[in-house]
Amino acid sequence: MARKSSRDRMKNEINAGSMADIAFLLLIFFLVTTTIAEDKGILVKLPPWSEDEPDITKLKTRNVYSVLVNANNQLLVRGEEKKLKNLKDNTIEFITNPNRADDLAESPTKAIISLKNDRGTNYKTYLEVYNELRAAYNSIWEDQAQKRYSKAYDDLPIAYKKAIRGDFPLVISEAEPTAFGEE
Amino acid sequence: MSRFSSKRGKENPEVSTASLPDIIFMLLFFFMVTTVLRDAELKVEVSTPTATEMTKLEKKSLVNYIYVGRPSKKYQSVYGTSPRMQLGDKFAVVQDIPLFLEKHRITVSEQQQSGITSSLRVDGKVTMGIVQDIKTQLRKSNQLKVNYSAKKRAEDLK
Repeated sequence: MARKSSRDRMKNEINAGSMADIAFLLLIFFLVTTTIAEDKGILVKLPPWSEDEPDITKLKTRNVYSVLVNANNQLLVRGEEKKLKNLKDNTIEFITNPNRADDLAESPTKAIISLKNDRGTNYKTYLEVYNELRAAYNSIWEDQAQKRYSKAYDDLPIAYKKAIRGDFPLVISEAEPTAFGEE
Repeated sequence: MSRFSSKRGKENPEVSTASLPDIIFMLLFFFMVTTVLRDAELKVEVSTPTATEMTKLEKKSLVNYIYVGRPSKKYQSVYGTSPRMQLGDKFAVVQDIPLFLEKHRITVSEQQQSGITSSLRVDGKVTMGIVQDIKTQLRKSNQLKVNYSAKKRAEDLK
């Protein structure tokens, strides 16, 4: 170490030579974080291909929750026009049937959601409807996880998740769409 | 003890900056290696809808992308404005899907082939007709794991 004069004591400046490098680091960081378009979405499992349509007419009407979306993106739930924002709560009520109403599902395992759209339906609307139906099931599963194991559903081991999903199976049957509003 | 402290007090404390570039390079290489860039140039305009119930796609190598949307401005003179599908880097029709899937499948090892997911990146304004045709074709090709790509929604539904 070279001896320094007493004047050096006054030089309490921060070394600015590394500032450029720090700026570089930040620049690279932001460049990287913005270009990664991470892919998120609603994961679905399509049914295997079969020639014949799923027949929901054989089922009891009370167990089927029919959701129709027409070419004008209007929602018809069990014959009544409904708003999208109520769909989730209505679906939960239909599946769990807390008051044992005789027009809602007999039991969650028998509940089936039938989704039908038109070829002219907007994809956005379709996805929103699908999202709400999924949200209904996710919220039921979350509820059950809290009730049974007092844990969040995502933190449960797979066996427990399966048990819950077995009692509240997600069945969304999609019929071949109508073709009234194809552009 | 006092001998040392008096000596240190006179010195200007400096951190060596000589290794900073190396650190930055290291970070740069790290990100370069870990990121998978989108290889296809988008020829259709895709603005995915919003959703809340989403899962993240983990293994990028197991995902193939199907883009659906209206052709972007510079392709409109050739391909028109009605919704089209893009596979890889070119416009395609529904009949091209099986070959596209097969081309992707052979790049994936056999044990992982059951995990292959098709990510549908569809523009929100597109009508369901073309999406339905794609879904039908995917079912026929036995590609049943499908992801409807979406963005996170912050606000409530109207």
